[in-house]
Amino acid sequence: MATRNRDSLSNTLVVSIVLCVVCSLAVSAAAVALRPYQEANEVVDRQRNILDASGLAQGEFGLPASELTVAQINELYERVEERLVDLQTGQYVTDMDVATYNPQAAAKDAELSVPTNDPQYTIGRNRRERIARVFLVMNPKTGGISQVVLPVYGRGLWSTLYGYLAIRRDLETVQGLTFYEHGETPGLGGEVDNPRWKAQWTGVKLYDDQGQQALGVARGPAPADSQYLVDGLSGATITSNGVTHLVRYWVGPDGYQTYLQQLKAELQASQGESNGKP
Amino acid sequence: MANRSVGQVLFGPIIDNNPIALQILGICSALAVTTSLNVSLVMCVAVTMVTAFSNAAVSAIRDYIPSSIRIIVQMVVIASLVIVVDQILQAFFYDISKQLSVFVGLIITNCIVMGRAEGFAMKNGIGISFLDGIGNGIGYSAVLIVVAFFRELFGAGSLFGVTIFELDRNGGWYNPNGLMLLPPSAFFIIGFLIWGLRSLKPEQIEET
Repeated sequence: MATRNRDSLSNTLVVSIVLCVVCSLAVSAAAVALRPYQEANEVVDRQRNILDASGLAQGEFGLPASELTVAQINELYERVEERLVDLQTGQYVTDMDVATYNPQAAAKDAELSVPTNDPQYTIGRNRRERIARVFLVMNPKTGGISQVVLPVYGRGLWSTLYGYLAIRRDLETVQGLTFYEHGETPGLGGEVDNPRWKAQWTGVKLYDDQGQQALGVARGPAPADSQYLVDGLSGATITSNGVTHLVRYWVGPDGYQTYLQQLKAELQASQGESNGKP
Repeated sequence: MANRSVGQVLFGPIIDNNPIALQILGICSALAVTTSLNVSLVMCVAVTMVTAFSNAAVSAIRDYIPSSIRIIVQMVVIASLVIVVDQILQAFFYDISKQLSVFVGLIITNCIVMGRAEGFAMKNGIGISFLDGIGNGIGYSAVLIVVAFFRELFGAGSLFGVTIFELDRNGGWYNPNGLMLLPPSAFFIIGFLIWGLRSLKPEQIEET
């Protein structure tokens, strides 16, 4: 019987080799078989978050995107166009595949990232990706751009917060801000997910009169006359500061500002044309 | 030891031999995932499944495992099962797998799984080991759900995400207890649980 020599060297080797082969087969079979489901989940999840940030889900169906069916999400997402933008030049990048581009992987790639040393606002990382994926929400009636959704991220207390900042067509007003991944304390910093808090972002102005990024989270309740601030999260000063830093970083000159300025000029030019022929 | 009845094996770990309350195993995940009932419930199912199947697998090969590498063998079996569970969660319960994040992976280090594999499955048959895994999973789940009930109710004013106490920040009356959402509160609740249990069952008190 096997028990007779199970402590022998040969048996030890045989058992460990067989076990390793069997276990690795099981693990790789599960990973390969379930991969398509997981990828589909990730895409739907990203689309949901973009629809949430832009307020489209709430506007069309009166529900948060998390309660929409996959078919409804696909239908709404028809209005969204994905583009890649070189953050330094503000130009669209056309020679890369927008569907397969992975910004998080790019941030770790020396060729596709740039250092973020000593910016005015820190996002807690040494490098960030050179090219970002932006989402243009089209107006189905006119075919023009109605919103721009920008991916943003930065450090909170325990974790990096990843989110989307939706900006209206004027490119100066926030439509919505939503975080899809973070590890902040539930009930304290985790209140960045609270719909009531998120609703305050709608209508916040990005820049002050001098063109400086002014949006952010106040300490305590936001002053009633402020166009730029939302209420602080009680008990979550570091998360609140992190959110302020990350939104100011990303709409600033280190982030999307170059792109936004070019897009604004472009939109104003086309506005002028269409005004000529009502 | 080897002749315990099915009922004892399955339900003993809930009160009489609870892995958390008596054996004080698996505390770390009991602190980490109990801020809401939904997440705790999924964690309970995942841990129960992993414990049951790892017990069955270790029991099936117990006659072949060389004693010099038995801990490593158990570890490999458990780790593979945990990866499979994690993949299934990511494929079919994406939202919850995002909330559980690293804690699914940390089932590997949950002492209950390892403890049952080494303490029970190495000496018993496949069927009874499987039931022992289910039983200990239920015992773990019972504690997690009680802890999560108190933490979610008093920390967030809700149960299973449904609002019970309207929070003052949403215009209601209840000012939530922030401590309840932080891991130390689970220590207090588990401490009270153990105190209550040992007052009811004095035989569980260790001799000093």
